[in-house]
Amino acid sequence: MNMDLSRRQFLGTAGAGLAGGALGAFGFGEIEAAFADSIRPFKLVNTTETRNTCPYCSVACGVIMYSKGDLKKGEPAEIIHIEGDVDHPTNRGTLCPKGAALLDFVKAETRLRYPMVRRPGSDKFERISWEQALDRIARLMKDDRDANFIAANADGVTVNRWTTTGFLAASATTNETAFATYKVVRSAGMVVFDNQARV
Amino acid sequence: MFPPIPNPTTKPQRPTFGAQDLIRRSASTITPPAQRQTEVAKLIDVSKCIGCKACQAACLEWNDLTEEVGVNVGVYDNPHDLTANTLTLMRFTEWVNPETDNLEWLIRKDGCMHCEDPGCLKACPAPGAIVQYSNGIVDFDHDKCIGCGYCVKGCPFNIPRISEVTHKAAKCTLCSDRVAVGQGPACAKACPTQAIVFGSKDEMKTHAEGRIADLKSRGYANAGLYDPPGVGGTHVMYVLHHADKPEIYAGLPNNPRISPIVEAWKGVTKYAGLAVIGFAAAFGFVHHLIAGPNRVSDADENAAERLADGRRWRS
Amino acid sequence: MTNSWTDIRNTDLVVIMGGNAAEAHPCGFKWVTEAKANRGAKLIVVDPRYTRSAAVSDVYAPIRQGADIAFLLGVIRYCIENDKVQWDYVKAFTNAAYIVKDGFAFEDGLFTGYDEKKRDYDKSTWDYVIGADGYAVVDNSLENPRCVWNLLKEHVSVYTPEMVERVCGTPKAKFLKIAEMIAECSSPTKTMTSMYALGWTQHSKGSQNIRAMAMLQLILGNIGVRGGGMNALRGHSNIQGLTDVGLMSNLIPGYMNLPTEKEVDFDAYMKTRGFKPLRPGQTSYWQNYKKFFVSFLKSMYGAAATPANHFAYDWLPKLDVPFYDVLRAFELMHQGKMTGYFCQGFNPLQSFPNRKKISDSLSKLKFLVVMDPLDTETARFWEKHGDINDVDPAKIATEVYQLPSTCFAEDDGSLTNSGRWLQWHWAGGTAPAEAKRDTWILAQLHLRLKQLYREEGGAFADPILNLEWPYADPGDPTAEEIAKEINGKALGVVKDPADPTKVLVEAGKLVPSFAALRDDGSTACGCWIYSGCFNENGNNMARRDTTDPDNTGAYLKWAFAWPVNRRILYNRASADINGKAWDPSRKLIEWDGAKWSGYDVPDIAPTAKPNEVGPFIMNPEGVSRLFVRGMMRDGPFPAHYEPFESPVINPVSPRMQSNPVARIFQDDLRQFAKAGSTEFPFAATSYRLTEHFHYWTKHVRVNAVLQPEFFVEISEELAALRKIKLGGWVRVWSKRGSVRAKAVVTKRIRPLICDGKAVHIVGIPLHWGFTGVAKEGFGPNALTPFVGDANIETPEYKAFLVNIEPIDWPEA
Repeated sequence: MNMDLSRRQFLGTAGAGLAGGALGAFGFGEIEAAFADSIRPFKLVNTTETRNTCPYCSVACGVIMYSKGDLKKGEPAEIIHIEGDVDHPTNRGTLCPKGAALLDFVKAETRLRYPMVRRPGSDKFERISWEQALDRIARLMKDDRDANFIAANADGVTVNRWTTTGFLAASATTNETAFATYKVVRSAGMVVFDNQARV
Repeated sequence: MFPPIPNPTTKPQRPTFGAQDLIRRSASTITPPAQRQTEVAKLIDVSKCIGCKACQAACLEWNDLTEEVGVNVGVYDNPHDLTANTLTLMRFTEWVNPETDNLEWLIRKDGCMHCEDPGCLKACPAPGAIVQYSNGIVDFDHDKCIGCGYCVKGCPFNIPRISEVTHKAAKCTLCSDRVAVGQGPACAKACPTQAIVFGSKDEMKTHAEGRIADLKSRGYANAGLYDPPGVGGTHVMYVLHHADKPEIYAGLPNNPRISPIVEAWKGVTKYAGLAVIGFAAAFGFVHHLIAGPNRVSDADENAAERLADGRRWRS
Repeated sequence: MTNSWTDIRNTDLVVIMGGNAAEAHPCGFKWVTEAKANRGAKLIVVDPRYTRSAAVSDVYAPIRQGADIAFLLGVIRYCIENDKVQWDYVKAFTNAAYIVKDGFAFEDGLFTGYDEKKRDYDKSTWDYVIGADGYAVVDNSLENPRCVWNLLKEHVSVYTPEMVERVCGTPKAKFLKIAEMIAECSSPTKTMTSMYALGWTQHSKGSQNIRAMAMLQLILGNIGVRGGGMNALRGHSNIQGLTDVGLMSNLIPGYMNLPTEKEVDFDAYMKTRGFKPLRPGQTSYWQNYKKFFVSFLKSMYGAAATPANHFAYDWLPKLDVPFYDVLRAFELMHQGKMTGYFCQGFNPLQSFPNRKKISDSLSKLKFLVVMDPLDTETARFWEKHGDINDVDPAKIATEVYQLPSTCFAEDDGSLTNSGRWLQWHWAGGTAPAEAKRDTWILAQLHLRLKQLYREEGGAFADPILNLEWPYADPGDPTAEEIAKEINGKALGVVKDPADPTKVLVEAGKLVPSFAALRDDGSTACGCWIYSGCFNENGNNMARRDTTDPDNTGAYLKWAFAWPVNRRILYNRASADINGKAWDPSRKLIEWDGAKWSGYDVPDIAPTAKPNEVGPFIMNPEGVSRLFVRGMMRDGPFPAHYEPFESPVINPVSPRMQSNPVARIFQDDLRQFAKAGSTEFPFAATSYRLTEHFHYWTKHVRVNAVLQPEFFVEISEELAALRKIKLGGWVRVWSKRGSVRAKAVVTKRIRPLICDGKAVHIVGIPLHWGFTGVAKEGFGPNALTPFVGDANIETPEYKAFLVNIEPIDWPEA
């Protein structure tokens, strides 16, 4: 504990007490000016913090996302940096090479932006609106379900099973998405249903 | 675990050190401050390192650096060397311990050692392009850098690299922007196993003692701290399981010291009074010195030629 | 994980086998380095490759992939031979003393009851002798030759250190050194933890790999204690959650089962789920099954699920086969028996075995829908990419929809980590362009389907029309709304069964935990094991109090752990038969004469007397199982079988080469190389690298920089044999396909001597494809075999046969 305290003093992170007086007199511009030529002003200043967990492995490290703009206030928010959360009991602020590069995942050039369709035999994707895509997918589902739904087996037992359309669920979506998925998939009678537990 | 530094604040903070804390400035004479700040250090415990490269990732992200996607050349080291964007690099060595016949995979995070006696700064002909703060951080000021590559020659650890895009020298800053607001370097924060820790140099030495005792208990009789006296000690130190053989860790120098030529150059700068007008003459003189065949290897020389061969100087 | 990441700090010995925690879970591995630094703990790594986990180990031993059971049963044999058994634990807390039915035996690699045609066992003899009182017969003296302990002793007797060396290629001296270190943990004050992952699951006998270690941990008394346990290091961030919530072909949330055709009605379904205790006074907690099942049906169908229609039991689909897992799905697709397929954040073209079969199967679909934040190979399976995806788009008639979804940074909700912690996270960034949350996409599809059925009628529509959909905006449910559904609520007044005048939960309120659930339709609960996650106290998953009395690593006020915030499963077993901690320095819970209390939520009724009620409350025995009765398809004990493609004939049971009940399809049999094949002489294995996460991070520039290009790893000896140069191009091929890669030649892989023969290993990491910023590359799954584990169908990605040669290829 003593070590912890002395570290905080040494590192100048004792909190408001240390910086408060000085900050009263300093506007941010002046503080920025106070950085030596070689030293870049601290880039997280005046960003919005949001707590999240790393989406990759099952350690589920705590992260803090720093954004310009605050989503909770209804503003558009652009994440500019992601760093480990020291308060998190498991990772204590550390991150692995994947977690430390999360910003590049959020901003990957290959993030999908629009619904696309690839028509039979085509060699390209084409843009399509959400309405068109969802209407068409629902139609494809219903046509297949109506054609292939098995209400009863040969012995006359009610089985209410749909085996010709399947669903592979994600492995990094939330439990809430999972339950919504479960409800939608099972209520349709789908049994070809799996997740990524094995890969 | 080693007490982590609390999460950063997003409120404006006055930097804890700055221009007033300079103890050295390249090609300049300055008056150091009366009082020196607590010296900082990063301790890299090679025996705890799992070679995950989180330090490399954190460094690229924090410093907003974009590196080229390379190729595989048959090893795990990627990129294959430090670059102007890769300021830190894991270097992997497969070493069979002759005493135990066991394979040991030695993984060393390479990067600026922040020497107490910095050869890069002494070799630098551009006033203020390299500075040393009283807390021990050696930092480059890109606006003042002239891209001559002398820092590369002056460095006993072969660390700085010249950007082919900006023609400026680059190396690890010890995240001076983070340290200035009470944080540690991004690599140290990220390191999953705390193989990298950051604090005052005294604290790091104490922590290293505990680690060395643990290693000795596990049979590493020569475990020890790497804080080479030839450069006045460093502000980046290693705990090595085989401190008697630093060279097995991807060529970590056994007894690094600043080249005598650089010491000579330091004399010249004093004599020349660092007038920018005199630079061309001084440059030629040093180039002559450094090009001396008995002083540098061919490979180093080729590298220096390439660096100094100046897209910048010829144009 | 039975324990948590932060509990690993309490261990004395870490065994990493069947995993590579330092590379795959670096920040969880931190707690290994902490245990080493602070407790002097030791780390053992057993792996075909000298991994980055091995780089910081105290002892490393090589092992041939697919030989783990021989190694582990060898260690069990060592412990029994050398009396390194925590006897008080084994006698009180395992079924060592239970008498097994006559007729049960193991001979020539087969247990009693094998039917070769069905590739299945009649498991009727795999059970206890039941006495006249209806309880299992036990012999606490362990003298009866038919008791589990004596059968186990006999079963493992063949796994001598010499046999281990012959099968595994592990030098005998290394094996004995490790066995000795492990055996020390039979002391009540020394604890070992097992950290494993896909290195154990991805085999045709994966489940039994894990059982073998679980049995060893029971013999050492290491289950339920701090620093011990069986710690499955799950892969993806919420694969624990997706499995808990039952997103598998045969599951209902909370590890309940979808009905089969044999369970023709509700009563038939419940009849096999009585869970009558097998010993007097035992908890057998699954006796509450009906409460959880009915509450689940109420969460699905709300008011439409009534006692009169057996809570809409018939609306659930009934299975005709045990599983419609991914292997079966692609087999059906390949046979042209499927029309449509949805891939939500999933990339089967890269992830599944025998890529050619996967690609051909997708080409036979009428439609494919991909929901993903990233561009995937699966969404572009029809697109030509040189030799890496050599297809002709004109010949592929599949209609493909690629729907952009949000990523973690743009979504609220909870993820369940490997330690069963449900942690809430918050959106902090605006999604790109038209990307949408998965919940929105699913709601939109459901509402459209419902609308179509309402307008047009069609195949049995009741479950769709009556699906409970209670969201403020039906087209866009919020995470909080769904979290409350998962937690469960009282639909009517819930009263105390012991005192009907006492109201436990008012109608309309969230239930405090699953203890409040009822089987009469008065409660609804989406996933009983998660109940308590979001109750009237608020969102417990969002808790951020890091208090941890005496630094045990429990962090009871951080987030929420299932079940009921318990951090270490079976924690009653951390105390002896009288309720005193085995190790006072590692106390977890103790009996104070009236109740259980301590650092964790007791995994036992708080007033259950220690001498009467056993710690394994989910089992009807009240104790753990060294002999697992008929609950696993391939035997009550593990036995060594070779991978379906192996360089050697099974040295333990030459007449039964591979798992007799592993999942195989007839057409795939043709595509396996013979044992000891000269055409495919090298033993390959696939795996992940620390720089990448599966097939995602090839889209992430930084990670592409850190490990840019597909490669295979081979020993210096194999490189010399085949004249392969460091960094040169090679071709690697199996009976199913061929890949092109760079060669990493390393001392970290060495040939192993197995059954007198040198076995060369080819390591194949998997992270590349043809989308993203990393270099285009194949990955291993063009080569891997389409065969699955006998119990849970996990494909055998870890052990197969290949050949390798150097090739010329122009640098990209």
